[in-house]
Amino acid sequence: MSGAFSRIGRTFLRYLVKTAFLLLAVSIIAFALVSASPVDPVQQYVLGVGGVSPEQRLELEAYWGVNDPPVERYFTWLGALLRGDFGQSLLYRRPVIDIIAERFLNSLALMLCAWLFSGLIGFGLGCLMGMTRDRLPDKIIKQVCYILSSVPTFWLGLLLLLVFAVWLGWFPLGFSTPIGMLNEDVTLAQRLHHLFLPALTLSLMSFANIALHTRSKLVDVLESEYVLFARARGEGPGSILRRHGLRNVLLPALTLQFASFAELFGGSVMAENVFSYPGLGSAVAAAGLNSDVPLLLGITLFSALFVCVGNLTANILYGVVDPQIREEQP
Amino acid sequence: MKRHWNRRRKVVLYTVLMALVVLAAFAYGALIPESAAAPDFSQAKLPPSLAHPFGTDWLGRDLFLRTLKGLSVSLTVGVAASLISAVAAVLIGIAAATGSRAVDGVITWIIDLVMGVPHTVLVILISFACGRGLKGLLAGIALTHWTGLARLIRAEVLQLRSQPYIAVSRRLGKSSGWILTRHLLPHLVPQFFVGLILMFPHAILHEASISFLGYGLPPEQPAIGIILAESMKYLSAGMWWLAVCPGLLLVAVVLLIDRLGENLRRIVDPYSAQE
Amino acid sequence: MNEKKPLLEISDLSVSFLMYDGSLERSSLQVISNLSLTVHPGEILAVAGSSGSGKSLLASAILGILPGNASVEGAMRYGGEPLTPERQKVLRGGEIALVPQSVAYLDPLMKVGRQADGHKKPRPTAERRALFRRFGLPEETEGLYPFQLSGGMARRVLVSTALLSNARLVIADEPTPGMSLDQAKEALRMFRDLADEGRSVILITHDIDLAFDFADRVAVFYAGTTVETAPAADFRRGPEALRHPYSRALWSALPQNGFTPIDGFQPYAGSLPAGCLFAPRCPLRTAACEAGTPPMRDIRGGEVRCIHAT
Repeated sequence: MSGAFSRIGRTFLRYLVKTAFLLLAVSIIAFALVSASPVDPVQQYVLGVGGVSPEQRLELEAYWGVNDPPVERYFTWLGALLRGDFGQSLLYRRPVIDIIAERFLNSLALMLCAWLFSGLIGFGLGCLMGMTRDRLPDKIIKQVCYILSSVPTFWLGLLLLLVFAVWLGWFPLGFSTPIGMLNEDVTLAQRLHHLFLPALTLSLMSFANIALHTRSKLVDVLESEYVLFARARGEGPGSILRRHGLRNVLLPALTLQFASFAELFGGSVMAENVFSYPGLGSAVAAAGLNSDVPLLLGITLFSALFVCVGNLTANILYGVVDPQIREEQP
Repeated sequence: MKRHWNRRRKVVLYTVLMALVVLAAFAYGALIPESAAAPDFSQAKLPPSLAHPFGTDWLGRDLFLRTLKGLSVSLTVGVAASLISAVAAVLIGIAAATGSRAVDGVITWIIDLVMGVPHTVLVILISFACGRGLKGLLAGIALTHWTGLARLIRAEVLQLRSQPYIAVSRRLGKSSGWILTRHLLPHLVPQFFVGLILMFPHAILHEASISFLGYGLPPEQPAIGIILAESMKYLSAGMWWLAVCPGLLLVAVVLLIDRLGENLRRIVDPYSAQE
Repeated sequence: MNEKKPLLEISDLSVSFLMYDGSLERSSLQVISNLSLTVHPGEILAVAGSSGSGKSLLASAILGILPGNASVEGAMRYGGEPLTPERQKVLRGGEIALVPQSVAYLDPLMKVGRQADGHKKPRPTAERRALFRRFGLPEETEGLYPFQLSGGMARRVLVSTALLSNARLVIADEPTPGMSLDQAKEALRMFRDLADEGRSVILITHDIDLAFDFADRVAVFYAGTTVETAPAADFRRGPEALRHPYSRALWSALPQNGFTPIDGFQPYAGSLPAGCLFAPRCPLRTAACEAGTPPMRDIRGGEVRCIHAT
């Protein structure tokens, strides 16, 4: 067992180094892209604040180092970043790190709900499809999955908004809390009420993938020789699904779910914008539109980190749960 | 044989439907005079009817015509972006498979890198770098869609290169260029077209999403994403058709292209036809 | 032995698969045709034939676990009663047990002990441990995953699953390929022991010379049917004791008997010849052979499906 742990430790370390390089590369590319933008951040700031004298403007330029060469600016930015200073958001006039921290919690609640919900529903439907292969339930769900993967997230959000918020009035039109209410007065029920539609949108967008994947894995299992033997020993469909199906399908499905953090984040950008939900997704769209460079860079890096964490979890999971990898004699 | 023929017939059917959609989007949009799509306040806020199949908006513009125009913009952006992306994918895939280990390593790493940032965020960033507008939209979509196809092409070339007939050709002293054009390209051309067609619906969906967020085209140009973003303001006013109709058309077109690509893929590559 | 009532009787069994071409057209592919055999308690019946003759599907047909697109005709009787799908459901995993070929038939993610215990409650863990000890499997075997088993251990685990269910009929599907001669003999000795304890064993194999040594009777399988069933002693004696030209050809093709191959190849399901399935390759062929499927005839204490046999 200690050998197994040290192997996982080594995998973990190697992945950590790889992640660090990846994030560094993302920071370089993101910075290069932002520097290449024709949008002038000082001009944007000045427009935003209004009434800035030419002297103040020069001061600002010096503060941001607009006239320094880009490489020098990159290292200044990176140095600050490593000290935990992501800079000031131009849009919200607050430190970027605070905004990310606060909004990430909102996004996390949304993504976690959608992740769990789509994972459970997707896995369940995938199992149902696999067990009823080529029969009616399988055919119907498969078509639903295909259609859902051709529907843009934001349009689905719009439809849900139209039906449940405008027509039926069951859910609010947007935001994470009732408007005009102080943050500490908001109850959990109210938060969930506001979370429901965006989370549903995001779930509906992501379950098709996991369902189709689970279906094809389960079909492989059902066609395997060990299931033939299980049937020869008198196991019925229920027992086969419980004893062999879930055991062999759960791990790949879980791995896929962790490896799909990028799609999850991308989807949450759309869902948050439709529902004006104050998470990272609506912040990044606003940052890009309002030329809030520090916030844009900060969220880009953070989203890359988020994706890396998902991939890392997927990799480790594979090593820990699969006995063929875990107990392989070295 | 029968099965093949059925699939071919499906492909023909989808292609004809596709051609009709393209024709409708471009020709119809061009033939109808400007005045038909011009604001007409006497006709404002009408729900769908025979005269206005998609209804009219708050300025009295015919939504069906606007949606068709928007679709033509989406299709153009989609074709251009996926064409760029597919060509890049083929070149990169071949380079990774035939180049040195270092080249392969770098390309694999770049693919990891592009997959490591959520695409929506990456497109926002690229679009910002290009000063928003059509150019940024195109660049953003083109730069984020090539990875899957590049991996596929790389694997395909690696697999082909290990075939005995390639080794024989090499022994016979054929040049790499000869092998590439005679043995590799004939296999890659169908992969390229299928990859291109399957990339296309994704590109259109991304285009719509990014325009919806307010990047990309200026508001005067009725891209579908922009029409839908504008519709949000009128949702609570009861003008549901503004959101429903253009979206339905978009989904129908995306489904159509997706089915076309999927059926083509199964003809080209019957072994992976299971899913 | 033959005075006892047979445990399993199969007469005129045919198995065919429905193949769907396109949306409406469908054709059926016959993989087992007019197969007949009987197994008595305490005997090993070897079902011998080259690969691709449909032997493994016979096991699935007896157990009732053919794929959904298969259809079965003919009659099967188990213990004197018709073997209906309902009875198969009850009997499989109990009185009728399958011993599969290799470790691939074990769930790769389930520990061996739990897997051998099976799905039935209460778990027969104590009996299983006793069986493992009897087979000389080390104590820690039950905690291993299938991929950690050696070939010999895997075989013993697989056989123990059949014993655990107290099977009266054991169907062993190709238990010997890929084994050395010693290993194969050890495996077959295990089945001999099972039969000597009073069970019936159907040994499906293409290692025909080994089957001659361990089985009581041998059914020769060709293109999805049995062409001859004879006491194993006849096969040990040589071609003159055999009845069917294919059995003789099979005997002559063995390395120790001259390695003489026969011309032609076994017909594929879907392109079976009319009449006798072996006729195209048969030295005794006459026009009468193509007239219709020859009936099974009793000759010299064996059964044969050939109109020329004496």
